[in-house]
Amino acid sequence: MRPFSYSRVADDKAAVAAAGAQNAKFLGGGTNLVDLMKHEIERPETLVDVSRLPHEEIEQTESGLRIGAAVTNSALAADAVVREKYPLLSTALLSGATQQLRNRATTGGNFLQRTRCQYFYDTQRACNKREPGSGCDAIGGLNRFHAILGASENCIAVHPSDMAVAMVALGADAETVLPQGGVRTIPADALHRLPGDTPHIDHQLAQGELITHVVLHKAPQYQMYRKVRDRSSYAFAVVSIGIAFDLLEGHFMKIRIAFGGVAHKPWRAARAEEVLEGKAPSRALFEEAADAELAEAKGQGDNDFKIPLMRRLIVASLTEMTSAQEKAA
Amino acid sequence: MHPLRLTVNGKPHDLEIDPRVSLLDLLRENLSMTGSKKGCDHGQCGACTVIVNGRRINSCLSLAVTHEGDDVTTIEGTADGEALSPLQAAFVKHDAFQCGYCTPGQICSATALLDELKRGEPSVVTKEKVELVDEEIRERMSGNLCRCGAYNNIVDAILEVAEART
Ligand SMILES: Cc1cc2nc3c(=O)[nH]c(=O)nc-3n(C[C@H](O)[C@H](O)[C@H](O)COP(=O)(O)OP(=O)(O)OC[C@H]3O[C@@H](n4cnc5c(N)ncnc54)[C@H](O)[C@@H]3O)c2cc1C
Ligand code: SF4
Ligand code: FES
Ligand code: FES
Repeated sequence: MRPFSYSRVADDKAAVAAAGAQNAKFLGGGTNLVDLMKHEIERPETLVDVSRLPHEEIEQTESGLRIGAAVTNSALAADAVVREKYPLLSTALLSGATQQLRNRATTGGNFLQRTRCQYFYDTQRACNKREPGSGCDAIGGLNRFHAILGASENCIAVHPSDMAVAMVALGADAETVLPQGGVRTIPADALHRLPGDTPHIDHQLAQGELITHVVLHKAPQYQMYRKVRDRSSYAFAVVSIGIAFDLLEGHFMKIRIAFGGVAHKPWRAARAEEVLEGKAPSRALFEEAADAELAEAKGQGDNDFKIPLMRRLIVASLTEMTSAQEKAA
Repeated sequence: MHPLRLTVNGKPHDLEIDPRVSLLDLLRENLSMTGSKKGCDHGQCGACTVIVNGRRINSCLSLAVTHEGDDVTTIEGTADGEALSPLQAAFVKHDAFQCGYCTPGQICSATALLDELKRGEPSVVTKEKVELVDEEIRERMSGNLCRCGAYNNIVDAILEVAEART
């Protein structure tokens, strides 16, 4: 690991000021950053520890929750209000990593964890994300875990977070403090970006911009998170889905769908949402929505199976969520 | 170098350390407590599991400097003198290991797990309430790999202690 200077800060102002230093990085639980520093894939010269900032509370607001960025993944998943009102989030968190990792991982750090693309980790291989301009060995290589949506000719990596998929499906907002002072609110689905020509940039935050809170709004009536993976525990998603909606007289209202494991960011399935919104559930409708969303999906060879898998996951999840409703009617 | 004060198994330490040192290396190299094992050094195997402020973590992915003021418990702190903890005794009784390399991590992990059960914290397989079944223990212990494949006996040992506690 390369040498770096370490500092612990007391407030947001000090945090963003310290992060103005040469090649500085915030440190949350370190479960991703320290790993990458050991591989010398991340080489910060300054680490600003934000895990002890006073952002360890989960506050109830008028309509939802305001979650501090330093709240751990395990505390958030076990929170009574989260379990009752946002089961989608609790399930997503608990289906990621292990209890040991979740006990350290923070809400802010989870959002900004980097891809698990094996060529990104292997410093002997070409990777535009790690070394801009060096090429991408995943294209034409082993790419079973890679993207089927929104990829570019420069990078086909996927974002690995389960939590972020849930946050997008729930329409959460991230609150940040800017390095020059001032705050802004970024919808969860606008936090990450597609790779395009600059795959080394994962997200929209400025250098030194600190996530302080994540805000959840009114809890949708129906929620589900489903993760498909190679082992039943302790494995990243092959694909996953988060779905949230209300039903008004048997019609979908404010439906939001997000996919994991398919793109460089948690993928908001806006086209599927558009097909479903305002309509009454039916299998034909679910299939139409899945086809609309996946119309431009493109496999890379090893991961071609993700397209039919994702299609079935969409249809099966919506069927399961609405069949209880049908039985009651 | 960076100052660091923390407590390990009840004993306070006042140290000066390189910020690059992981909590695992601090324990093994600086404090000569080699009970916590280094399996992968990348958060993937659980051999390095220790308990910090009552919560289990992977000590290999945690920089020691971040543990200012923390209370760390390692395998060396689990027994009461020569008297084994109930989990240690159950591991012996159920033959829950072969080579024993993963065992310190398994026992630290399971020790914290019992407290998580007591607090009613959910796992992804929990329905409404936590039930003491194989599936719950397996899910909650999935962060501790065992190359010898002693899993069945590990689950039996933990279940026995968990049941005795309720
Ligand atoms: C073996 C293994 C298995 C895993 N399996 C899964 C899985 O199945 N699903 C899953 O979703 N995840 C999984 N993870 C990843 C894990 O969830 C992340 O490592 C964790 O959430 C990162 O949080 P952290 O606080 O430790 O972040 P750090 O490692 O501390 O930081 C990550 C990034 O976020 C930045 N950062 C941290 N806090 C802030 C902030 N407040 N504002 C701005 N930037 C910030 C850091 O600078 C860094 O770039 C796994 C990890 C491991 C090691
Ligand atoms: S897919 Fe992206 S992260 Fe993976 S090798 Fe290619 S450029 Fe690197
Ligand atoms: S040595 Fe820490 S998880 Fe393997
Ligand atoms: S007993 Fe050998 S690795 Fe578990």
